[in-house]
Amino acid sequence: MATIKSLDDLKKIREEALAKRKVKSKEGNVQVIVGMGTCGIAAGARETMKAILDVIESQSLSGIIVSQTGCVGQCEKEPIVQVIVGDQPKVTYGKVGSEVARQIIKEHILGGKVVENHVIPV
Amino acid sequence: MRELALHILDIAENSIESDAGCVEITVVENSLDDRLTITIQDNGKGMDAAAVARVTDPFVTHRSTRKVGLGIPLLKFAAELANGSLSIHSELGKGTTLTVDFQRSHIDRMPLGDLASTFMTLVVSNSETHWMFHYQVDGARFDFDNEPIKAELGDVSICEPAVLAYIRDSLYTGVSQAQSAIPG
Repeated sequence: MATIKSLDDLKKIREEALAKRKVKSKEGNVQVIVGMGTCGIAAGARETMKAILDVIESQSLSGIIVSQTGCVGQCEKEPIVQVIVGDQPKVTYGKVGSEVARQIIKEHILGGKVVENHVIPV
Repeated sequence: MRELALHILDIAENSIESDAGCVEITVVENSLDDRLTITIQDNGKGMDAAAVARVTDPFVTHRSTRKVGLGIPLLKFAAELANGSLSIHSELGKGTTLTVDFQRSHIDRMPLGDLASTFMTLVVSNSETHWMFHYQVDGARFDFDNEPIKAELGDVSICEPAVLAYIRDSLYTGVSQAQSAIPG
C-alpha cells in the first residue's frame, strides 16, 4: 500500500482546499444530509449519496458538507435528503433518486431555487 | 436489500446510532473453505442479552421503549438461506460485534455488491468516526483506516472534491485488487 506517498498527496490537497475555502466562506457552508436508516438504504439512499458525491467531485464544488441521519419517520418517502444553505431554513426532499439529487444540487445549492415539486412537509 | 454491501451499510449505521467512536468491518472470502464471513465490531454502548434477543427476532417482542428495525432479521434470514448464520455478542458499555457467514458458492447467497460504495458512504458521511475496513479474498487483502487521513486533513472537510477523489480512488482500487484474487 503506497500510504506515505498518498498522504503526501493529501497534504497538497489540504493546502489547496484551505486556499479555496477562504473564497467560499462568505456565502456560508452548505449542508446536505441523507437519510440512512434501513428504510433509506432499502430505497436507494446509497446511490443517492453516490450521485451527490460524484457531482461534488466532478464539478469541484467546495464547501458542501455531506452527512447522514437515521430514520426520520417518513419511511415511505425515502430516500430523504435535507439541504441547509447558509443560515436559510432546512428544506426536506423526498423520493430523491440520483437524478433528483443532481437536480437539487444544480437548482437549489448552486442556483438558489428550491426544487418545489420534491419538497415534503415535515 | 439485494446486496450484502447494503446490509453492511445498514448494520454499520446501527453502530453509529449506538454512539460508537470506532467501527471495524471485516469481510473475508475464502474459496477453499467456501465461506464468506462479515464481521462488524463497534465500541458503542452495547446491549444486554434481552436487547440482543429483541434485535435478532423482532417478531416476538413488544416494542415500546425503543424502535427496533428489520435490518438484522433480514440479514439473518439471508444467511440462513445460504447455509450460514448470524450471531451477536454485545456487552453494555463495551460495544457490539455482529458476525454473519454464508456458504460462498450457495445458489441463494446474496451477492456482495458494491463494497467500495458502502465504505465510501460510511467514511464520508460519518467523518468523525474511526473506520477500519478489511477485505480479504483468499491470499489478497485490502486494509483501510481513516485515522491517518483525518490527521493529515486537520480541519479541512473530507467533502472537499480533491479529498473525495482521493478516498474514492483508494477504496475502489483496493477492493477491486483484492477481488482479482479469485478469477471470475
